[in-house]
Amino acid sequence: MTIAPKAPRKLTMKQRYEALTRDLDWEPSYVETSEVFPYTEFEGIKIHDWSKWEDPFRLTVDAYTKYQAEKDKRLYAVLDGFAQSQGHLSLTEASYLNAMKLFLQGVTPLEYQAHRNFAYLARHLNGPGPRFAALCQSIDEMRHTQTEIHTLSNYNKYYGGFHNYLEQHDRVWYLSVPKSFFDDALTAGPFEFLIAIGFSFEYLLTNLLFVPFMSGASFNGDLPTMTFGFSAQSDESRHMTLGLEAIKFLLEQDEANVPIVQAWIDKWFWRGYRVTALVAQMLDYMLPRKVMSWKEAFELYFEEQMLGGLFQDLAFYGITPPKHVEHAIAEKEVLSHQVYWTLYQFSHAAAFTTTFPDAEAQSWLSDNYPGTFDKLYKPLWDKEARNLEAGGRHFVRGLPQLCQVCQIPMLFTEPDDPTTICQRHSEYRGEKFQTCSDGCQWIFEREPEKYVQAWLPVHQIYQGNCGGPTVPDVLAWYGIQEGDGGEYKGSLDAAHWARWHDAADHSHIGSEA
Amino acid sequence: MSTTAATRPVGVDIQESETNRSVVEAIEATNEGCTVQHMPGLVRITAPGRLVVTRESVEERLGREWETHEFQLAIVSYFGHIKEWDDDEIVIAWDH
Repeated sequence: MTIAPKAPRKLTMKQRYEALTRDLDWEPSYVETSEVFPYTEFEGIKIHDWSKWEDPFRLTVDAYTKYQAEKDKRLYAVLDGFAQSQGHLSLTEASYLNAMKLFLQGVTPLEYQAHRNFAYLARHLNGPGPRFAALCQSIDEMRHTQTEIHTLSNYNKYYGGFHNYLEQHDRVWYLSVPKSFFDDALTAGPFEFLIAIGFSFEYLLTNLLFVPFMSGASFNGDLPTMTFGFSAQSDESRHMTLGLEAIKFLLEQDEANVPIVQAWIDKWFWRGYRVTALVAQMLDYMLPRKVMSWKEAFELYFEEQMLGGLFQDLAFYGITPPKHVEHAIAEKEVLSHQVYWTLYQFSHAAAFTTTFPDAEAQSWLSDNYPGTFDKLYKPLWDKEARNLEAGGRHFVRGLPQLCQVCQIPMLFTEPDDPTTICQRHSEYRGEKFQTCSDGCQWIFEREPEKYVQAWLPVHQIYQGNCGGPTVPDVLAWYGIQEGDGGEYKGSLDAAHWARWHDAADHSHIGSEA
Repeated sequence: MSTTAATRPVGVDIQESETNRSVVEAIEATNEGCTVQHMPGLVRITAPGRLVVTRESVEERLGREWETHEFQLAIVSYFGHIKEWDDDEIVIAWDH
């Protein structure tokens, strides 16, 4: 096959990128550089030559807009087809949507916050290369926010739990886990934010966070989510690059940056890892059709690719694997079970439903966790099976104590003993603070003045700041309506699902929701 | 435990689609010793030390012009470091 010769371009990709970044930059003549860029010194990071930071993608405005427009066109074609063909009927089971409720409530608002902070970096980093890469990422994050809302709004027409995600993100107890994580990053300086979000979240943990959701969508008949996921992930590879460039640039600029960056890696690995606890239970319990276990995902995406790949590369600069990583590795056998067992008992106060894992699901768990499920968690479910038989599906009526740092209920166990709850105490200014692990305690004690300010949902309820003293008062303040949470079996979602799938006459689907 | 940048695996995840089939075939042909694994909706290609995508080999299989920027529509994730991305090739490799 012959290909028509290309029309000669005036400039190569490299030259175009150089022209763009050159034209976005100039030396200030009547003010000091530190007045133009006032935020890049106080964290103690030393930069000698900003021109050494180049974006390997060599993106220019024309290429960026051309390909982003193409990605959106492809996605919206799928969304239209989905809406036109009653695509919601092709899901494996309505309970699958719990994973998507969690995503919309917990992750989509973070995309918007990322948009804001990358816009700030696009103004305030000294180098034109990272400024332009941050600008592209800022626009990407806005696109992700919008496409996720558009995609999942298709399910809001038919099912509960999707209607008040923004307010819930700011108010509901389990959503304070992702929200406080991101707020922690937003209130850090620009370089710490780059390590927190650009590096730890987007490079170190991104595959653990997003690939399970997307593969779950693919296995469970959720075509639009799979499409937005891949569309967003294609931007993600640029974001990973920005994160990796950031860390390499900081490490290469000055040796004094190394210990600062190491401490940020130690902190943000553990902060991000704790957020992935929600993904772990989603993979192992929420998906009707399983994709891979949390343990398997952790081994592939974290142990193999990050510890075995990335950290070998970073060792050159004197960077070591994150502190407390051994606890995360030890926890892979127990994490999802402990988290789901807690969510199961508190879903009456959540905007998603939970249910008892049936025999098939339990046998999958037993096969995938041969060392722990049968011994430690099956007995809990056996006990709950007896409760169910007696008509007593149980919910916890009290409120749990939360970790001062990650804000997850104190449900994790000692690293070497899965039968003892791990609880650490620290004192600061005469007050006692509780954390869930050595990792969170270390983070607390490094910056106690920051974490004592945490907005802990349980404390706020007791202080009378969440709508009133009773569970219905608080749920009303959360904007949780009948059918949003509780037990899946017998729920509004389950009833709608059954009616829409069993009925011969499909003409009224959706109108009764 | 330490490995060298020359042999430590790098890899890329590509969305499974009609267009990308040519991209995957081109990568397979260009990178001796690479491994191709099919996952739900994805194709994962790994190679020891270095993975290269060349414009020429993709164009040959696609039968049309293909600029390397277009790889952005195919890539879902990767591991390694993007060492080079110019008009003719994309190189993923570890630095150290």
